Amino acid sequence: MTNQTVPEKLQPKDFASDQEVRWCPGCGDYAILKAVHKTLAEIGATVEGTVFVSGIGCAARFPYYMSTYGFHTIHGRAAAVATGVKLANPDLDIWVVGGDGDSLSIGGNHLMHALRRNIDMNYLLFNNEIYGLTKGQYSPTSRIGTKSPSTPTGSIDTPVNAAAFALGCGARFVARSGDIMQAHLVQTLTKAHGHKGMSFVEIMQNCIVYNDNVFGHFMEKKVQKDAQILLEHGQPLRFGADGQKGLVLDPKTLSLKVATVGEDATEDDILVHDETNAVLAGLLARMEPPHFPVAMGVLYNNPAAQTYDQEMKTQMAAATSESQGKLEDLLTRGHTWTVS
Amino acid sequence: MDGAAVTQTSEHAHLVAEAAVVRFAGDSGDGMQLTGGRFTLATALAGNDLATFPDFPAEIRAPIGTTFGVSAFQINFGGRKIKTVGDQLDVLVAMNPAALKVNLDDLKAGGLIIADNGTFNDKNLRKAGYEENPLENGSLANFKLLSVDMSKMTLEAVKEFGVTNKEGLRTKNMWALGLIYWMYDRERAETIAWLQQKFAKREDIASANVAALNAGHAFGETIEQQSEIRPVHVPPAPIDAGLYRAVTGTQAVAWGLTAGAMLANQRMVFCSYPITPASALLHTLAELRHYNVETFQAEDEIAAVCAALGASYAGSIGVTSSSGPGVALKTEALGLGISTELPLVVVNSQRGGPSTGLPTKTEQSDLFQSVWGRNGDAPLCVLATRSPSDCFETAVEAVRIAIKFMTPVILLTDGFLANASEPWQIPDLTKMEPFPTQFATDPEGFEPFSRNPDTLARPWAKPGTPGLEHRIGGIEKQDGSGHISYDPQNHHKMTMLRAEKIQRIAGDVPEQAVDLGTTTGKLAVVGWGSTYGPISRAVTVARAEGLDVSHIHLRHIWPLPRNLKDLLSGYEQILVPEMNTGQLVKLLRAEYLLPAEGLNKISGQPFKVAELDAAIRARLS
Ligand SMILES: Cc1ncc(C[n+]2csc(CCOP(=O)(O)OP(=O)(O)O)c2C)c(N)n1
Ligand code: SF4
Ligand SMILES: [Mg+2]
Repeated sequence: MTNQTVPEKLQPKDFASDQEVRWCPGCGDYAILKAVHKTLAEIGATVEGTVFVSGIGCAARFPYYMSTYGFHTIHGRAAAVATGVKLANPDLDIWVVGGDGDSLSIGGNHLMHALRRNIDMNYLLFNNEIYGLTKGQYSPTSRIGTKSPSTPTGSIDTPVNAAAFALGCGARFVARSGDIMQAHLVQTLTKAHGHKGMSFVEIMQNCIVYNDNVFGHFMEKKVQKDAQILLEHGQPLRFGADGQKGLVLDPKTLSLKVATVGEDATEDDILVHDETNAVLAGLLARMEPPHFPVAMGVLYNNPAAQTYDQEMKTQMAAATSESQGKLEDLLTRGHTWTVS
Repeated sequence: MDGAAVTQTSEHAHLVAEAAVVRFAGDSGDGMQLTGGRFTLATALAGNDLATFPDFPAEIRAPIGTTFGVSAFQINFGGRKIKTVGDQLDVLVAMNPAALKVNLDDLKAGGLIIADNGTFNDKNLRKAGYEENPLENGSLANFKLLSVDMSKMTLEAVKEFGVTNKEGLRTKNMWALGLIYWMYDRERAETIAWLQQKFAKREDIASANVAALNAGHAFGETIEQQSEIRPVHVPPAPIDAGLYRAVTGTQAVAWGLTAGAMLANQRMVFCSYPITPASALLHTLAELRHYNVETFQAEDEIAAVCAALGASYAGSIGVTSSSGPGVALKTEALGLGISTELPLVVVNSQRGGPSTGLPTKTEQSDLFQSVWGRNGDAPLCVLATRSPSDCFETAVEAVRIAIKFMTPVILLTDGFLANASEPWQIPDLTKMEPFPTQFATDPEGFEPFSRNPDTLARPWAKPGTPGLEHRIGGIEKQDGSGHISYDPQNHHKMTMLRAEKIQRIAGDVPEQAVDLGTTTGKLAVVGWGSTYGPISRAVTVARAEGLDVSHIHLRHIWPLPRNLKDLLSGYEQILVPEMNTGQLVKLLRAEYLLPAEGLNKISGQPFKVAELDAAIRARLS
């Protein structure tokens, strides 16, 4: 009989590093960090098997505050570095963290390709609609008219919708949550982790210094119920303080409409959320206040048959098992001759 | 100079030459590369030393008969060591007017043109830009001309096999090859066996090709009676006994990287983005999965280097490759590799620059980019290969240094080396010292930025190892612990440590040797990269005439070899030929305060031996 000790399940605090956290007091990043610690404990992650990879930005400081392995890389390139980590060791559990600038401006290309390749890792985009670390310039997710040091008279370019972008890139898991939605965030991250393939989670994050309350119109407690719709797979798409509002499909325009049960719709008219439906996910992703609630939760979850890294692993295993090549064979392949 | 002239006439009508340079040129569809490849093998089997270079058209599918659609293959072979593909041609095989037009300038005076006059019709002449037929207007009087209707004679020879006209004409290259085989007295057996195997499923085509080859050969025997054209005997060269094969620089780099990874007991993760002339390395390695090589075609060069670095972080040897513009894109990530002190190999197949420059032409103008081209004080190791066969050993060395010193290593090759080929004595692998990777595993006192006292390398601790969890990044880190540090003294110390670590590589590699000549003297010619062949040949010739000149060729560009300053100080003059405006020469002057002088050529073409010969003589007379 051996005295095997079952490794104790780690607690959230076990995932915190000994480094002093240097985000501004009141920054939404703190709450996300806490949710991630909790999630890792809940899913039974190990510190040695988990790697956090990030680019540059306030959000990208994240790995330093984790007790796992971590790689703080360069601006915009985290997805590319993480791809290499996963290629070299597909058994690692990889989380990528990036801000909206990091992920969608300088790093948009890498994010797109990682998503379409479907590398099995989790991508967390901390969206604060601003460049935090460089002191408050507008970002590719900033709404038109955003005043910032680089746009004193208001920004004029159309923002990118992160979730719609991810869906357009072929992502198979797209979700949204927010820094102040602790329980929802932990739940969403857990689902993201459970997805086989690349998962993409947009987290609404408040930058208290440069863009305070930019999500207030749908994140604040008093408006939350009417301005958000919490998605649940298989459940009717209903929201509102009294739960009477819901989403219906207008078949003539192929678009969503907000209706009220008992007024302009019956219970049966209300759409039921199907997270495997890509068309519905696209419609939900594009809903914006004030006419629509913001869709929060899992918009799309439809795992592909294979992930890039698994496919590569299979091919490598097949190639190396059938004939683990000897170097001498390689060098003498093709035509050789002997000089005596 | 290289590819010496016919030196004597023997009793039989045979001429004897120490070496000869032949170029096969024709339309892209004429099979010139294949023809050259067969001639190369027959020549190697005949015991000559040799060097070859293909010249592909820059356009993918250029219209038939145009000058920009000409494809050529050059071979220099001889009864002595052959170090270049030859300055000037002894024989030019021109399958159409465009091939003659494009290549005639390289034919030496009195050289032989073998032209297929069956293609010199109005249409083709016009496409090549000839107003009249050069075969008939006396414009080739400075050369020997063998004008034959190869097309017609080939069709005649293959008639009996029932192949179509088009199929028959496609065997014309074998007719030309047969004629050259006659001229240089090569065996046809190997080529015949190869044709039979290649066309095993089309016996008629196989027979037609063999018949064309034999007909070309037979034609040679008939002209011997009727013209001044004679077969030339090129005696075998003294070649070390052993097993040989032909390699291009690209193949040798691919195999060297693979060998390096095997010796390190590592999987190689090779990440790249297509670019001329580096793509061939990606293609070659993509076929080597069963040698534990994983290849990844990234979305751009930035992603390629980042993925390679990620792979190294995760505990494989990450390798990326590109050419100048692509390497420029990798710059920032190289800085990250230097700062996080991870192993990484970057292969740069240099091409003409700046910007898109001359993608298909060779240059060595990325030395500064390699040694200095990053923000911050960002030292790394730079190696340069000198010849196709040298690529193997240098690539192994790049992997070894990257791992031993935990550093990015740039391996410089160029467009010429990538495509050029030469015979290579296959090394005895049992004599290669393995250097199995030592990963950190012991949590006791582990610090990610502690250092090996000899190499100053930090430990390689890969994710997945219990107890070694740590965070790294591009922000300055505390010596030892690796924690973020903005401390001024620490930054100074870390900067010096990173530089010192790279300098210590010089202590780990052999001292610089003199390739040809003496360790002191009147003139040292110092080169790096693919100028090796022409410099070596020029110095050989000059020394044979008693000139006091030596050849030193650098593999280690950064750090420079530890004895180089002392060595160079022993010569009265130092000449540094480079295919750039003077990069190594500035490095040597800056480091050593020595009066080194540059010799520069930036034409997209290798130095000719004659150019170097003239430069040497000018300094010694
Ligand atoms: C190559 C490069 N360009 C620019 C920067 C400067 N920079 C650092 S972070 C950043 C934007 C940060 O915004 P975001 O990604 O949204 O992250 P946040 O700070 O808001 O969390 C910029 C422009 C850099 N570090 N590297
Ligand atoms: S600047 Fe904004 S995003 Fe950055 S730490 Fe401060 S509050 Fe957070
Ligand atoms: Mg931001």
